Amino acid sequence: MAAVLESLLREELSVAVAVRWIARSAQSSEDDPREAAALSSLRPLRKEFVPFLLNFLREQSSRVLPQGPPTPAKAPGSSTGLPGRSGGPPRGGRGARNQLFPPIEASSATAADAPSARRGGRRRGPGPARERGRGPGGLEEGVSGECLPWAGGRRPRSSGSPSSPSLARSDPPNLSNLEEFPPVGSVPPGSAGTKPSRRINPTPVSEERSLSKPKTCFTSPPISCVPSSQPSVLDTSPWGHGIPSGCRSLQEEREMLRKERSKQLQQSPTPACPTLEPGSPHPSRTGHLTAEPADPTRVSSRHRLELVALVYSSCIADSLESPLFQSVHDCVFFAVQVLEHQFHVLSHLDKGTLKLLAENERLLCFSPALQGRLRAAYEGSVAKVSLAMPPSAQAVSFQPETDNRANFSSDRAFHTFKKQRDVFYEVLREWEDRHEEPGWDFEKGLGSRIRAMMGQLSAACSHSHFVRLFQKQLLQMCQSPGGAGGTVLGEAPDVLNMLGADKLGRLRRLQERLVAPQSSGGPCPPPTFPGCQGFFRDFILSASSFQFNQHLMDSLSLKIRELNSLALPQPEPSDEDGESDVDWQGERRQFAVVLLSLRLLAKFLGFVAFLPYRGPEPPPTRELQDSILSLRSQVPPVLDVRALLQQGLRARRAVLTVPWLVEFLSLADHIVPMLDYYRSIFTLLLHLHRSLVLSKESEGEMCFLNKLLLLAVLGWLFQIPTVPEDLFFLEEGQLDVFEVDTVASEHGLDSMPVVDQQLLYTCCPYIGELRKLLASWVSGSSGRSGGLVRKITPTTTTGLGAQPPQTTQGLQAQLAQAFFHNQPPSLRRTVEFVAERIGSNCVKHIKATLVAELVRQAESLLQEQLVTQGQEGGDPAQLLEILCSQLCPHGAQALTQGREFCQKKSPGAVRALLPEETPAAVLSSAENIAVSLATEKACAWLSANITALIRREVKAAVSRTLRAQGPEPAARGERRGCSRACEHHAPLPSHLISEIKDVLSLAVGPRDPEEGVAPEYLEQLLGQLGQMLRCRQFLCPPAEQHLAKCSVELASLLVADQIPILGPPAQHQLERGQARRLLLMLLSLWKDDFQVPVPLQLLLRPRNVALLADTRPREWDLLLFLLRELVEKGLMRRMEIEACLGSLHETQWPGDFSEELATLFNLFLAEPHVPEHQLRACELVQPNRGTVLAQS
Amino acid sequence: MILTKAQYDEIAQCLVSVPPTRQSLRKLKQRFPSQSQATLLSIFSQEYQKHIKRTHAKHHTSEAIESYYQRYLNGVGENGAAPVLLELANEVDYAPSLMARIILERFLQEHEEAPPSKSVINSMLRDPSQIPDGVLANQVYQCIVNDCCYGPLVDCIKHAIGHEHEVLLRDLLLEKNLSFLDEDQLRARGYDKTPDFILQVPVVMLCSLAVEGHIIHWIESKASFGDECSHHAYLHDQFWSYWNRFGPGLVIYWYGFIQELDCNRERGILLHACFPTDIVTLCHSVA
Repeated sequence: MAAVLESLLREELSVAVAVRWIARSAQSSEDDPREAAALSSLRPLRKEFVPFLLNFLREQSSRVLPQGPPTPAKAPGSSTGLPGRSGGPPRGGRGARNQLFPPIEASSATAADAPSARRGGRRRGPGPARERGRGPGGLEEGVSGECLPWAGGRRPRSSGSPSSPSLARSDPPNLSNLEEFPPVGSVPPGSAGTKPSRRINPTPVSEERSLSKPKTCFTSPPISCVPSSQPSVLDTSPWGHGIPSGCRSLQEEREMLRKERSKQLQQSPTPACPTLEPGSPHPSRTGHLTAEPADPTRVSSRHRLELVALVYSSCIADSLESPLFQSVHDCVFFAVQVLEHQFHVLSHLDKGTLKLLAENERLLCFSPALQGRLRAAYEGSVAKVSLAMPPSAQAVSFQPETDNRANFSSDRAFHTFKKQRDVFYEVLREWEDRHEEPGWDFEKGLGSRIRAMMGQLSAACSHSHFVRLFQKQLLQMCQSPGGAGGTVLGEAPDVLNMLGADKLGRLRRLQERLVAPQSSGGPCPPPTFPGCQGFFRDFILSASSFQFNQHLMDSLSLKIRELNSLALPQPEPSDEDGESDVDWQGERRQFAVVLLSLRLLAKFLGFVAFLPYRGPEPPPTRELQDSILSLRSQVPPVLDVRALLQQGLRARRAVLTVPWLVEFLSLADHIVPMLDYYRSIFTLLLHLHRSLVLSKESEGEMCFLNKLLLLAVLGWLFQIPTVPEDLFFLEEGQLDVFEVDTVASEHGLDSMPVVDQQLLYTCCPYIGELRKLLASWVSGSSGRSGGLVRKITPTTTTGLGAQPPQTTQGLQAQLAQAFFHNQPPSLRRTVEFVAERIGSNCVKHIKATLVAELVRQAESLLQEQLVTQGQEGGDPAQLLEILCSQLCPHGAQALTQGREFCQKKSPGAVRALLPEETPAAVLSSAENIAVSLATEKACAWLSANITALIRREVKAAVSRTLRAQGPEPAARGERRGCSRACEHHAPLPSHLISEIKDVLSLAVGPRDPEEGVAPEYLEQLLGQLGQMLRCRQFLCPPAEQHLAKCSVELASLLVADQIPILGPPAQHQLERGQARRLLLMLLSLWKDDFQVPVPLQLLLRPRNVALLADTRPREWDLLLFLLRELVEKGLMRRMEIEACLGSLHETQWPGDFSEELATLFNLFLAEPHVPEHQLRACELVQPNRGTVLAQS
Repeated sequence: MILTKAQYDEIAQCLVSVPPTRQSLRKLKQRFPSQSQATLLSIFSQEYQKHIKRTHAKHHTSEAIESYYQRYLNGVGENGAAPVLLELANEVDYAPSLMARIILERFLQEHEEAPPSKSVINSMLRDPSQIPDGVLANQVYQCIVNDCCYGPLVDCIKHAIGHEHEVLLRDLLLEKNLSFLDEDQLRARGYDKTPDFILQVPVVMLCSLAVEGHIIHWIESKASFGDECSHHAYLHDQFWSYWNRFGPGLVIYWYGFIQELDCNRERGILLHACFPTDIVTLCHSVA
């Protein structure tokens, strides 16, 4: 290894040759024979070179660069929050991503077991003899073979080997931290079977490949140097001869490198840092990023660094990495060199990052040219990316179509769900308020409330309601961080956005600056549930409801299928200015919304689906694993993701399908990748990953950012601890699966620029780490942001895609498809949209017209029925049957009417929505298609549902009518009776009730001596009452009823002369004339103004009549006057009054009172026809009323 | 009439152990002449209700009931025309209407076979002339007309006030040309929770000091003063439920509220003491 590097540095070897050497084994004719000869002896080491190089660079730079901050989020337990992961130790063998120092000590059994298990498919390719010669247990095995690029960086050891642990500590201190930059390839100490020296960086690193057939790159050696049972055969390498494990070769190389380095250092005039032996303690490396200014003039071995940078860049093709050597100057120089080579990728980063890069003074200092290019790229960039957090929660709106009573099996279910909705949001709000408080615990705080709520969901239908709410809320809250993704499909856009105030934009930017998260967990974060997602995850966990989870999975699967198959923008071949077209903004936004929704849904589907299987560790033994495998392979997948992936690849929609699939798989348990079904999916994904090369851009190829997105998400997936590395050693045969189809150049989503930087950063927040790092550099705080740049793995490619499957749905459908094919996509969307809406409106219209009319008929039929059969009308169920049998046949009209409706409405809508310039023929075709689609939709629904709908509505009408037969049928009716001219200035009813109540309370007492009522006030009050009753604007029936009752009470008090009147103490009683005037006013109100029944019979109730008994001397004339007036005005019938008077005798009265009462009764009966005369007579005898009554 | 917590506390302080009579109200109005009468009455009523809720249980022990009933019997035995029941209620610091209910219930238990149903009692309280005993009927009636915080008449007044303000709000909405669905329409469509009004097109309400406006989807009219106790109950039973279904909205406390309670603006529940004047509507016209 070192020899190769040395040759390179000595320029005995050109970079191009070296890279070719790495890339393939066969010699090229272009190669200088001398060079070729130099390399040929090193051939077997080819695969080890890249890991070696990376480690070399890291080790070198680690001595010079200050230590980066740790990224706490990388400790899996703390950030994923997965139940299986939080507590227990992560899987031992997964080194880098998992845990710095796994607690499990090496076990030779497992160490020996696992590597062999995954080594099976790796032996292939050219030079099999030599490679086989390395022996299956040897270290070389991991390094060699046709292993896959990502495997190189990420796995120091075999999957099953938890052997590495503490040795990492004995390493020389490393650059930044070992989790983010673990060494590539390990250098186990001489003794076999012990732990490797280093962790391996999980970063996928690959190389560019010029051949169509994917070949090698590099990989990590298996870490534990398991002694090989087989002797190595044909090992010709200078360092590997006869050594069973490959460990030693690296070890030796390292030794040589050390020597080399110290040689160089001795020559170097200004070493920034004294050379250290690898094992020796390193001086303070606390993070002062700005501690030493880097100076290009102080770079020690410029040319050699350039060479290494070139090799490095070439090897990683388009990777992003930064390391180096003796001094900070060297490191910066090297980094800048690499950045220069990677300018192509850099130029696709967001504007903010470009600005930070362009303004970086070290960069300016070391490469003004690169700085210039970056500045130009920055100025030309429009890729603004917001890293803001999502806004706070908004609730899912209530939709009567799905949420009202008709959608529930019973009243109880309906009301239970009503409560549940409120509890759900209460819990959500409490979570929002409190989840960031230290010490607050979801389960402790909300768990029991959630379970109590879930416990009430008894009916299956209630579960589905709740799941719908849950899923909608999930999408609404989590789908678009920063609101960048727009709105959820089908939801109304945010009104504030529509209002579009400039001020808001500014405020939002300010808010973003203040609240955007500092770090998303380093460049390679494990799967997490950030922000609001945490709520939903914890909710699922706390609810721990089997039924809920099942309904949720059903619903998520359905929605995923629906969104995944959504027709998204098709290319518009005719449009050259596609990018700038207004439509494109919409297309892109729609794509982003769909993609983000899918990712979210898939993540939760994965979470719930694999929840029962998730554990902290893979099964400990092979036997156990096998039995689990055989069991699990019986279980059908929750969603046929493989089919969806295959469809996606074939339809060239990988850019939509793969990102959500990655989210789904990221939450898989340890067993999943071993199941045949999922294994084949991983295989497909691996091939896809390989086929994507960033540096290649050609016609019909996938767009750069699309590719970058896929590479980023796949690279991330492959580093998740549950994905075992042996997956990446594929059988040869599978490779060809997609290469066959690559020629197909049918346009699909993949070749459309659907991904922009915002979407890229949203899906892969770790890419944003670069910007944060640069920003923290600028602000001088090297501390918090942590994280270094995420490395992205490119590989060689061949294009993807295949002919979309031909569907044969009938000639018309085909013609319609063909018609749309050459039209702008907006035309198709418009037509589909119009058809969808008109179809739906048609149904609503039929409900409002035809069905409503049938319901009216039902009501009148029912009325007849009730009249003929008497009030009970018979059994409601039977009535309903009779009505339905009469009315349902009319439902057939619905289809005719529906057709007419669609025919009438669709063309206008299409016309209004399409551009004016649409050619007439296109327009009329579009109209016709819209009509037929709308009709199809409407008629399909109507023919299936119209009978049930009529039934339901009639049933509701029947129960309504039957209820109305019951008490208080007069509750409704004409109430608001005031004229148009009325300005509603009358006093309010509440005020009048209150005033009258005060008069009553004064009259009833107790009262202070000075309290009383002015007679004028009483008149005024009754006048106002009249006004108010005539206006009625603010009057409601209960108020009117109470007023009526109070007015009768008032009359009783007037008759009994019980109202205390203000004035001189002697004259505390109302004058006769005044009393009579007031009574007449009341009589007029009762007769003309009250619209509710006035309880006049109260006047003759014992309690009211008894008021008269209390007065001395008793005055009967007013009562008699009142009774006669009541009869006169037709307010009460004589018979009624007689009955009331008669029943008064039943009450026990004082003797004299009974007599007087009897007299009154007789008096009333005596002269029915001449009330006037009698009245006067009463007045005449006023001075001595008692006697008059007695006499008459 | 938006009061600070301190102002409110000052008023509430004066209401401790004040009987709910018209005399008390008169005095209260004299004490706080600058406050509107309706606000004072509303606060008084709410404070009194809190007081009653706190002490309710102690008046309903069987010992208490028995002792009240005996005192009532003794009282009316001496003089049936004296305000025995009312004075008893005031003396033991309980609402007269509720005292009337206790005694009536006890009376009916004694005189009827079966224990009286709630509806019978309610009906007798609404119309005391149905009470078989004339003296008791008068006593009960006296309690009811003299109680300004409880009783069927007070309930009716409160209901009427609520209704009047809804009508008022409806007229204001019509005047501003804001189309809406009212409670009855919502109920007819099967909504499970129904604010007074849902705006068919949301509006933004601008607030004097804030840059951003507040979106309003629904408006709830409350013809009372918004104190802590009632507001929290409303939040739990109504406002959050509305928010859960319809998004942010506006609550109008026509008789004012405690300023500090208006703390959920950002979340989407806005308090106001009158119909807002600064309203921005969605413009349909093309510029």
